Parts: sequence; structure tokens; C-alpha cells
Amino acid sequence: MTAHTSPHQWPAEGLSRVPYWIYSDPDLYALEQERIFRGNTWNFLCLEAELPQPNTFRTSNLGDMSVVVTRDANGAIHAFENRCAHRGALLCLVPRGERKEFACVYHNWTYDLAGNLTGVAFRRGIGGKGGMSPEAKPERHAPRKLRVEVLAGLVFGTLGTDPPSLETYLGPEIVSGIRRVMRAPVRLLGGYSQSLPSNWKLYMENTKDSYHASLLHMFFTTFRLNRLSQKGGLVVNHNGAGHISYSMAADVAGSEYEQAKMRSAQDGYSLDAPELLQSVDEFGDGIGLQILAIFPGFVLQQIRNSLAVRRIVPQGLERSELVWTCFGFTGDDDRLNELRLRQANLIGPAGFISMEDGAATGFVQRGSRGAPRELSVLEMGGQGTSSEESRVSEAAVRGFWKAYREQMRM
Amino acid sequence: MNIEQKLAVEDLNTRYAEAIDEDRLEAWPDFFSSDGRYLVTTAENVAQGLPLGIISATSRAMLRDRIKALRQANVYEAQRYRHVLGTPRIEAVNGTLRARTSFMVARIMHTGETTLFATGCYEDRIILDGTGAQFAEKTVILDSRVIDTLLAIPL
Repeated sequence: MTAHTSPHQWPAEGLSRVPYWIYSDPDLYALEQERIFRGNTWNFLCLEAELPQPNTFRTSNLGDMSVVVTRDANGAIHAFENRCAHRGALLCLVPRGERKEFACVYHNWTYDLAGNLTGVAFRRGIGGKGGMSPEAKPERHAPRKLRVEVLAGLVFGTLGTDPPSLETYLGPEIVSGIRRVMRAPVRLLGGYSQSLPSNWKLYMENTKDSYHASLLHMFFTTFRLNRLSQKGGLVVNHNGAGHISYSMAADVAGSEYEQAKMRSAQDGYSLDAPELLQSVDEFGDGIGLQILAIFPGFVLQQIRNSLAVRRIVPQGLERSELVWTCFGFTGDDDRLNELRLRQANLIGPAGFISMEDGAATGFVQRGSRGAPRELSVLEMGGQGTSSEESRVSEAAVRGFWKAYREQMRM
Repeated sequence: MNIEQKLAVEDLNTRYAEAIDEDRLEAWPDFFSSDGRYLVTTAENVAQGLPLGIISATSRAMLRDRIKALRQANVYEAQRYRHVLGTPRIEAVNGTLRARTSFMVARIMHTGETTLFATGCYEDRIILDGTGAQFAEKTVILDSRVIDTLLAIPL
């Protein structure tokens, strides 16, 4: 199919088509940083548990911009640009720690934990010579402060001038999907990053693509962890920014796979150590898998008892970093803790059911490179973005593009 | 530690790396005892005292499952590794040997692209008996927290 779209004009078919220039246009990258990541979207910054006590901080990102997230002496959470008011150098060079103030290493300008400029070295000069004029107002160039909201232990921030409240942005179904997983105070288990050879949008589409899960990830399907025939559903929120894909732990009927002789339904494949798949129904609702993703770059994952937050950091047009943080709860007993650590084999860059995602998004990046004017077809489950029972649907991917076009004014 | 022990550990390391680099992955689990543990983690997790692994196995059976999955289920582009190992520092503690060995692993993609894929150290507990040497525990501590694209073949 040949498209007749000019750059930055969306195809007439609407959300069921995605032009490939969207992954390869260098001008678009900068515009996305401004309109999406520094615009009226809510961006996941970190878990509240990563700021365990007063005077702690960690660095995070708003798109490709570095930000510092802090908990001040009174326990309040702040986030601000990791940029000195003076020359624009990074204020904070380490990922986490304890600190009562930040001092830029370049010229020792200092900041409190809310990001206010509190000191300029030699502001009045030395011995009456040098220094700044009394009229100078360097505070005007202080790092921009994010508006921060904390929802069930998740810290979100925005630089938008006119963002809705976080709960309005998410809608009630996404909020309850978050509260369902974040049921108790968090205990960190660890983390790692995956460097993806693709544009950030390809990874976010992948997480919102409930159609691919059991087709690409054959491990998943072979062991009946997730088949599209399992009872479940797909929820897409009002603005397309949020989605939940879920399935029940028990398999109901799966013969469509065998009948279709798909490569993902291999007979005779059994585990020597089946305890890998042991799990408990800790949420008491029978849901074995819930993937919840929020535009632009956040995923909350429950795969059995494996819980993780993932955030995507764009690193140029064709490179992204996916930051994984796995967690349990402070009340977990040894048995549940052990299950979480063992099930962590399913996820991450070496995960039995997730290692393919990093490669697959790269395949699209490489495959579509020479075809900027061609179109990707997203017609599974129709052309809309409504919630549905079937996960043989690309409704949530279309939701991503709905949110994208709104923020990009495209 | 005596010279026989040192030679046995170096030989185990060499054969282990060679099996992976020559794609004899079915032989990989047999370098471990039946209840052998294999953990791939990052220096950052270790420094923070956090237990999460990128790969975490507590038996040889789990290692066999990983190779089966790589051969039959997981999808990844053809690639191989080249391990370069340092000289192990070995201590004998109550009948078992503890060895610490630096490694660098290059990844060679089918396209020809060769990159320095991973660096770090192995912290191993090794059982040495009449029949040979095996890992009772192998902890792969990666210097970096970032894995490029995916980690399919074991380190």
C-alpha cells in the first residue's frame, strides 16, 4: 500500500494507520520532547519507596531530560530539572542517595531539596571586587519545577502548563487498576535497564499490543500462562493514554492454537523445574496477568507474583532505555518473596516471556527504515479505542496514537 | 589452596567459557552440581543489598529449562559470545573453593556486528571431588546495569 501523506500529516484512515516516518523523522523527536514529555502529560518518575526517608533523592527523566526527585526534611516530595541555573550543568551526578542540599560541581551554586537556588558562590565578589551586580536575578533561571502527584506509591510529574489532575488524566478504571496492584507498602527487590534498539514509541506500542503477547512470546503460550483464549479483557481509557490488558490465571479453552498449528503451540514441551510457574493468588481475584501502561512512557506489570514498574527513556531517534524496577511488599513472607524472585526469570532482558520485546521493536525500526511513506495497519478489533473482552485487538495501540496526536496537535 | 586446586578451577573456567562460546549450551548445566545456583545480577543491586536477578536458577534442572527455552521457544537473532577470562583469585574455605574471576564478553551478531556486551566478575563456589570440579554456586555480577537488547545466551 502506498500512502500519499506529507510529513507530519496523519493518514486519512485515522487511528488504524500509522505512518512509518513517525519512527524515523529527526524533527519529530525534538517536538515530542517538548509537546509530550515536557507538555501536559503525566510521567512516572519513581516509586515512593525509592525515597525511603527525609533528605533522600533519586534521579529520573522527563523524556530525555534529567530530573531530580527528592523527599525534603518534612517528607514532602519534589521534582525539578537536573540543571544548574548558571551554566546548565547537571546538579546531581548520582542516581540516588541522601542529601540536604545540592551543589553544582562546576561553580558551587547551591539548591535546596525543592530545587530553589539558595546560594551563588562569591555572589558579592571577594574583597569588594568581582561578583554580581546587586540587581542580578539568577533565581529567574533556576531549574524548572515539576508538578508532582503521588498515587498509591507511584510518583508522577509534569511540566505542563495546563495539565489535568493525575486522576482525571488516568480515568477511574486505570486508577483502580493501579490501586489493585499497589496494595501495600513497597519493598524494593532490585532493578536493571534494557537498552532498546528502537524509537521509544515502538516499545510503548508493544506494551499496549495485547494481540502479540501469545504469538511472539512462545514461552508464554506453551505453558498456558497467557493465551488469547484465556478469559480476560482490554480496558482503554477515555483519552487513549491509559490501558489495562488482563487475563485470568486459569486456562478456559485453548484449542484454537493447536488447530491453527501455530509455532507457539508446541506439544511435548515440559519444564524440568515446573516450580518456575508456581504462584499464589495474592490479589484474591484470579487475575494472573495485568499489564497497565500510561502514555507516554510507563508500565505497571503484574505477571503472576512478579511485579515491576518500567519506564522508557528516549535516547535519540533509534535508541531507548527501558528502566525496570521490581518490587514486592514489606509484609511479604519468605515464600512470597521467593516466588517473586523466581518468577523474575520471566521478565527483563533475559526473561522467558519478555526478552523478545527488545528485539521485536528493533525489527520494526530496521524493517520500516526505508519506507517512511508507507503505513502500518492496525485493524485488529476494528478501528476504535473502546474497551473490549477480546485481547485479539489493537484498540490500546490505537489509544496510544489517539493520545499522541492530541499532545502533538497532529 | 594448592596448585592442583588452582589448576582444577582454571580448567573448569576455561571449559565453561568454551562450551558457551562454541554453542554447546546443552553441556552448560552439567558444569553445575544438581542443586547448583546460578545468578546473573548487577553490581548496583549487589551494592544496595537487593536480591533481584536478571537470571536466577536454584537447580541444574532450571538451567536445563533455560537452554530448552532458548532452543525451542525464545525468539532472538543468531548471535554468539567470546569470553575472555582473567586469572581467578582462589580461596579454600572448609572444603569448598571460592573463586573470583573477571570476565569480558564480546557479542558477535549474525550481521557481523561485534560489541563489548558484558563485563564483570564471577563469584563462584566450587566443589572439587574425585570426579572433577563443579559450580555449587555461580554469581555473575555485571559491572553495568544496562543490557543491550536482550540476554539470551548465558554468561
